[in-house]
Amino acid sequence: MYQFEYHRPKTLDEVTALLARLESPKILAGGMTLLATMKQRLAAPSDLIDLQDVTGIAGISVDAKNVTIGAMTCHHDVASSKDVAKAIPALAYLAGRIGDPLVRHRGTIGGSIANNDPSADYPAACLGLGATIVTNSREIPADDYFRGMFETALKENEIIVKIVFPIPQGAAYQKFPNPASRYAMVGVFVAKTAAGVRVAVTGAGPGVFRMTAMETALAKNFSAAAIDGITAPVEEMLQDMHASSEYRAALTSVMAKRAVAGVSA
Amino acid sequence: MNAIDAKKATGIGASVPRKEDFRFITGNGHYTDDICRPGQAYACFVRSPYAHATVDDIDFADALAAPGVILVLTGKDVAADGLGGLICGWLVHSKDGSPMKTGAHPVLALTHVRYVGDHVAVVIAETAAQARDAAELVDVSYGELASVTAVSGAQAPDAPQVHPEAPRNTCFEWELGDKAATEAAFNNAAKVVSLDIANNRLIPNAMEPRAAVGEYDKGTGVYTLYTTSQNPHVARLVLSAFVGVAPENKLRVIAPDVGGGFGSKIFIYSEETVCVWASKKVGRPVKWIADRSESFVSDAHGRDHQTHAELALDANGKMLGLRVKTKANLGAYLQLFSASVPTYLYATLLSGQYDLPAIYCEVDGVLTHTAPVDAYRGAGRPEATFVIERLVETAARELGEDPAEFRRKNFIRKFPHQTPVIMAYDVGDYEASLNEACRMIDYANFPQRRREAEARGMRRGIGFSAYIEACGIAPSAAVGSLGAGVGLWESAEVRVNPTGSVEVLTGAHSHGQGHETTFAQLVSDRLGIPIESVEIVHGDTDKVQFGMGTYGSRSGAVGMSAIQVALDKVIAKARKIAAHVLEAGEGDIVFENGHFTVAGTDRGLAFAELALQAYTGHKFPTSEIEPGLKETSFYDPTNFTFPAGTHIAEVEIDPGTGVVKVIKFVAVDDFGNIINPMIVEGQVHGGVAQGIGQALLENAVYDPDTGQLLSGSFMDYCMPRADDLPSFDVGVTVTAAPSNPLGLKGCGEAGAIGAPPAIINAITDALGVRDIAMPVTPERAWRAANGL
Repeated sequence: MYQFEYHRPKTLDEVTALLARLESPKILAGGMTLLATMKQRLAAPSDLIDLQDVTGIAGISVDAKNVTIGAMTCHHDVASSKDVAKAIPALAYLAGRIGDPLVRHRGTIGGSIANNDPSADYPAACLGLGATIVTNSREIPADDYFRGMFETALKENEIIVKIVFPIPQGAAYQKFPNPASRYAMVGVFVAKTAAGVRVAVTGAGPGVFRMTAMETALAKNFSAAAIDGITAPVEEMLQDMHASSEYRAALTSVMAKRAVAGVSA
Repeated sequence: MNAIDAKKATGIGASVPRKEDFRFITGNGHYTDDICRPGQAYACFVRSPYAHATVDDIDFADALAAPGVILVLTGKDVAADGLGGLICGWLVHSKDGSPMKTGAHPVLALTHVRYVGDHVAVVIAETAAQARDAAELVDVSYGELASVTAVSGAQAPDAPQVHPEAPRNTCFEWELGDKAATEAAFNNAAKVVSLDIANNRLIPNAMEPRAAVGEYDKGTGVYTLYTTSQNPHVARLVLSAFVGVAPENKLRVIAPDVGGGFGSKIFIYSEETVCVWASKKVGRPVKWIADRSESFVSDAHGRDHQTHAELALDANGKMLGLRVKTKANLGAYLQLFSASVPTYLYATLLSGQYDLPAIYCEVDGVLTHTAPVDAYRGAGRPEATFVIERLVETAARELGEDPAEFRRKNFIRKFPHQTPVIMAYDVGDYEASLNEACRMIDYANFPQRRREAEARGMRRGIGFSAYIEACGIAPSAAVGSLGAGVGLWESAEVRVNPTGSVEVLTGAHSHGQGHETTFAQLVSDRLGIPIESVEIVHGDTDKVQFGMGTYGSRSGAVGMSAIQVALDKVIAKARKIAAHVLEAGEGDIVFENGHFTVAGTDRGLAFAELALQAYTGHKFPTSEIEPGLKETSFYDPTNFTFPAGTHIAEVEIDPGTGVVKVIKFVAVDDFGNIINPMIVEGQVHGGVAQGIGQALLENAVYDPDTGQLLSGSFMDYCMPRADDLPSFDVGVTVTAAPSNPLGLKGCGEAGAIGAPPAIINAITDALGVRDIAMPVTPERAWRAANGL
């Protein structure tokens, strides 16, 4: 790790002031990706601005329409929330399968979607449920927010404050973990919402994406059989030492069918 | 508790909880990183980013000027000080009689780097962070060259050369067995079964990374090296006699608590050599702790064989002959035992548990631009077992015979049995282990379980592995005749204190095996004293007489046997003293349950009372019997030991995803007599976990074009975790080893040896395929399940 200055502001205003003033700062949420990258000497921010003391950006609230999760809420809190489990059980289930217990107690939802790792779990929930990402300056629909591998719609120095998940009629997440890293090699989030069926896939491609062919088929007939034979396009899938693009494409179909079965059940 | 009950609770055969665990689980162990010497500086190594390159220039002016930097050293400094290179301690000859060929293994690279992670320079600074910062400022001008990382293609005339001394990257072309007799067997065969087998490369990943602290005492001229070693005396010998860092009497090596070795800490590496050497140059202790990334690229790797194997059978399915051609990847440099692992530790086990009249094996040792490959848990024996057990299972299937029955038909049943590949098996009962394993897994009802799984859409398979291995590698003259540069005996000193407590100084080294418990059990059992009164001392060349260390499951069969012999000497002397003290004839002295008594009387002495008498010397003639009570043994066994057993795996495969789940794993092993059943079972669990890791998860992958290690972190190198494994069912059968006084065979490696073929045989059974490559990743199983 290279040398850096550490800041621990108490308000969002202080955060934005620091961001404006410092040379090449990075925001530190849970640090589960950033700190590891810095230890590997692959990132060298001049300053870290730790959000953990910032008021008003952590915690879970649930009303009749939405589950709202503050950016600094850790995965464990989402996974173990009775309110989330009642409103969107698939979201609590997903959070409970990120990393390991240590990661789930440090890692945050805001950090996850700001980083937008192509094999992270939360992007699938955001896109699958049609969530809204609320920042210190605006509201961004999930459909506009994720822009491919580690790319998002966030502007320079924009800070995620909370994520608003509309409560669906039903939803399920099926994750096929990479055996080594336990990140999603393919993760499929299926939701039946008032606005229609949504299917979001993480891990398989260079960023989370929706499977519109599946959504169309499921809108007509919400059953695993309805999407039999529909797979993501092989040429758009990732390929690495763990899995070929062909295998990842095949898994999108298998995992989607299992997720659909999970919604129906 | 009376003495007899106490002996039952802590003696041989009792599952005594491990004495060492309290300090480990309360964070009170002392590992090398816990050792902080006054004024210590920190070393950081500059490593090659290339698989193969010339080192044209090293400009370290900026590094030297960086904050906290004390010294920067390169290969030129090593050469200027006249240090030798790192050595291989086992000489293998090719079939034409020529000795193996390889280039020098410099402590720091001189003209070339030969694998990613090769040592180029070292920066020594006030803090570890400063050393690392400055290491990045060392400007090395490399001339990148083409590289070769896999054995296939490495022997081509136009392949990039690792060392000019080894043309076609061929270190040796070795053979074992009777070629003509084997040819004849194949000519007479009714059926030949052949397989092309890859044994995947593994990275050891001990929990504690390698580490060293070197210290030089200006007053005495003595160097001290604290390091993560499985064999501190061997480290001292190599560093003195070959590298020439210091004379043997001026070098003390201490291997404190060590968090796992699996073979990777047998070897003498550049890093600890540099810490010792540099400590005099900087006049301060020098410390180096590997980070995990360094461990991945620079610890010696394991396995990495490509093999073509053929089994000849007669019309009744009896084995006639075995023919094996293996290409073993040795990496860029030979490490301490590199040459022996794919030769004498491999081909000598190819007879397995079977009566095989003729075997011929050829092994090419191939140099590549990868990290050195050396002994890793099992060391040659897993590779041999994988070859024979995959062939045997395939033969049974192709003959339409039950795999258990086919093995029974071919088992060796008469002992001693001379195999065609050097080994003389002294004792065993292979059918007993097979039968017990079949009973434990309920083999008879497997078809029903398979049908039930198929009804759930799953593919279920069962696979056998009837392995044999050789442990306690000795006698010394035998290993010497095979090319070993050392003897493989072991030493022990039993030191009885005047109060009757005992210290045992052993040349074995515990880095997870539980010696402090099992060795103490032996002493408690033999001397009839409480286990708490026994201290096991190991890992310090200033305390312990010369010893060979711990590897190859040798510490029980060889190390404990040495203790047993020393204990016999202690008891013999004590008996003489007791006769004088008790004023009786020596022949009338009975030693039982910690008491010396005069037979037929109530006159006696407790062991502690006898010990005090030995040290006062008041009541026996010291002109005849020396005072004191301390005895030493250097014990050399009469043969190898041959642990053997049957492992059976049952797997289920999801054809939709290819996920392989190990449903059941039964291991029935014959380890001879057992000192501590709980520790033995723990060793089996760990070994089987590593074996399943090799079969399903672990794979060291180099990029074929660039020679970069792609599986260089736990994000990509998949270590087995608890949820990857079933709850193991472990059983034992016993035939006591006749080659050592305790009848022990060794249990440390059996799991890693037996498990991989059991898993692969189960997977191929489930999928109805002839072969599948390790590790069976979900994608590989998915492709096989779907005919892709």
